[in-house]
Amino acid sequence: MPIEAHHTDDGETLVIRVEGRFDFSTHQAFRDAYEQTDGPVTRYVVDLSDTTYLDSSALGMLLLLRDHAGGDSARISIENCNSDVRRILSISNFEQLFSIG
Amino acid sequence: MILRSLLQKLGHRVFEASNGAEAVACFNSVNPDIVLLDAMMPALDGIEAARQIKALAGERLVPLIFLTALSDPEALARCLEAGGDDFLVKPFNRVILEAKLNALDRMRLLHQALSEQVDQVRHQNEQMLAEQKTARRVFDNVAHAGCLSAPNIRYHASPMSVFNGDVLFAAIRPGGGSLIFLGDFTGHGLPAAIGAMPVAEIFYGMVGQGFGAADILREINRKLRRILPVGMFCCGAMIETDSRQGLVRAWNGGLPDAWLLRTTGERVAIPSRNLPLGVRDPESFTAPMVVFQTTPGDHVLLMTDGFSETPNRHGQLLGESGVREILAGLDSPAGAFDALMTRIREFAGQPEAADDLTLCSLEIPDMDQPRAPTGKVPDSAPAGPADWQCVYEIRERTLAQFNPLPLLLHICMEVPGLRSRSGEVYTLLSELYNNALEHGVLALSSDWKSSPRGFALYYQERQRRLSDTNGHFIRFSLSHESRSSGGRLRIVCEDSGAGFDFTDHSDRVSKRRSGLGSYYAGRGLELLRHMATHFHVHGRGNHVEIVYDWELPEDR
Repeated sequence: MPIEAHHTDDGETLVIRVEGRFDFSTHQAFRDAYEQTDGPVTRYVVDLSDTTYLDSSALGMLLLLRDHAGGDSARISIENCNSDVRRILSISNFEQLFSIG
Repeated sequence: MILRSLLQKLGHRVFEASNGAEAVACFNSVNPDIVLLDAMMPALDGIEAARQIKALAGERLVPLIFLTALSDPEALARCLEAGGDDFLVKPFNRVILEAKLNALDRMRLLHQALSEQVDQVRHQNEQMLAEQKTARRVFDNVAHAGCLSAPNIRYHASPMSVFNGDVLFAAIRPGGGSLIFLGDFTGHGLPAAIGAMPVAEIFYGMVGQGFGAADILREINRKLRRILPVGMFCCGAMIETDSRQGLVRAWNGGLPDAWLLRTTGERVAIPSRNLPLGVRDPESFTAPMVVFQTTPGDHVLLMTDGFSETPNRHGQLLGESGVREILAGLDSPAGAFDALMTRIREFAGQPEAADDLTLCSLEIPDMDQPRAPTGKVPDSAPAGPADWQCVYEIRERTLAQFNPLPLLLHICMEVPGLRSRSGEVYTLLSELYNNALEHGVLALSSDWKSSPRGFALYYQERQRRLSDTNGHFIRFSLSHESRSSGGRLRIVCEDSGAGFDFTDHSDRVSKRRSGLGSYYAGRGLELLRHMATHFHVHGRGNHVEIVYDWELPEDR
């Protein structure tokens, strides 16, 4: 599975891992990962340590997640980006919307 | 004969031929669903007959079963190579025959269904292309009302680029200078193209009314944010040039680095410092413009990520470093456009690689070049206010947040016939306004702008001082009276600033003009003096009055 999601021990954080290419083909799976989850999630972590590539439709999916998580009040961090992925996120200035580590 | 009755018992209609040639003729006239063929036949053997039948059937699948007493594997293989789909070894077994016929019939039906679907897809694709062509014509009418064909602009955009989500707009500003917008919507096809229409409308509409880049970007963002679903947005860059002052203002939100290529050889990247359009709430959206001083012959380049992301045969990308290298190796900025296009075609190894990218280069024209024609000006309504006066004053924080020029221009353009002079009227208003704001209210000295370092400081300081405009105002008093074949527009502009010594000012301006030619500012008032019928500076220089007489062109 290119997308895998799990809760942290306290159950309040949902970690979504994306493996390989993060593009339109993962659209549905990425959405399912945060929509089909139960419990009171207050924080999201998008773990991109195994993501090799990210395109503009992935940027769109991140915005959808942000919307789902409450828009401006969303708490989402994008973690472990490789340098290519980081570059794409920074061209679009996504650090203004997400915490990127 | 055994076969015939066997087949008839199974419910098939049977047509017989006694040799290969007859079999082909029979196939042609009867058009059967399945063919059973003896491998050994007189007058055209089974193998050759099979070839001809398959050729006649074309794209249709007509299962062909060889009947044979052969047991030699090579001979059997030849039957299949000639187009046979299966074979049946004599003597015939009823159960096997029936099973094979059923199996092949399933295959035939499947093939038929598949071909129908392929036809349908092909048909739909043709229809979609035709629809796209029509849609593109509509789009062209909206989007290309501008000045992309101006001699100082070069661009590459695939004819169907709007369906890749790329848009490129250019327009001449009413007071001279131009405005260019390059956008790249997320996604492809119709969804990407749909957002382009309102952006084109906003862009051309607002440029014509005298709005600047920051206002236009704010409006585009507001519109896109409202109409696009979350997750869809538009990366873009906007370049605004002011040919009189030689200024370029740039904004980049999500596109690869834009470039300012100076004739001195300097290459200045204009990186994306903003979120793409359609992401931010209108309330929190700001469009900070980066300002550059330029000289004629400098070029500005805008490109979409199709440029650095086009892969070559080995899947490698040219990358931003590739773009940098090309630009670094140039002899003059004017060669950049061709060098980049040549390189990308070479790199990808195929000319159509350029279909997915848009590139635009803008040359900064000579400052004193006559203004480009603004195109056909629609006639004003024959009736409209011709004799009127109004006072419009902006105060306090509004000075920092609001540009009154479009509103003032709009009031003036209601005068019948005056629209034909919109460029000049805009220039009068904007020079007065900028003078009042920058040198009056903000007390900035244009002397600072005489060096590139001071130039940057000037704009930093401008921004800083705008945050404290307490107690300040700018007041415009406009009046118009009609005359026999035109009218007289009187504009008085007062501000709350301390004023300046304008007599000395005009001296310095003329000195600088006769000097080395590299003057950066101070030409605004000179220009007003030149364009207006009467020009007076009252008080301490914070009260400027101009009278502008205009006439309709004669043979109308």
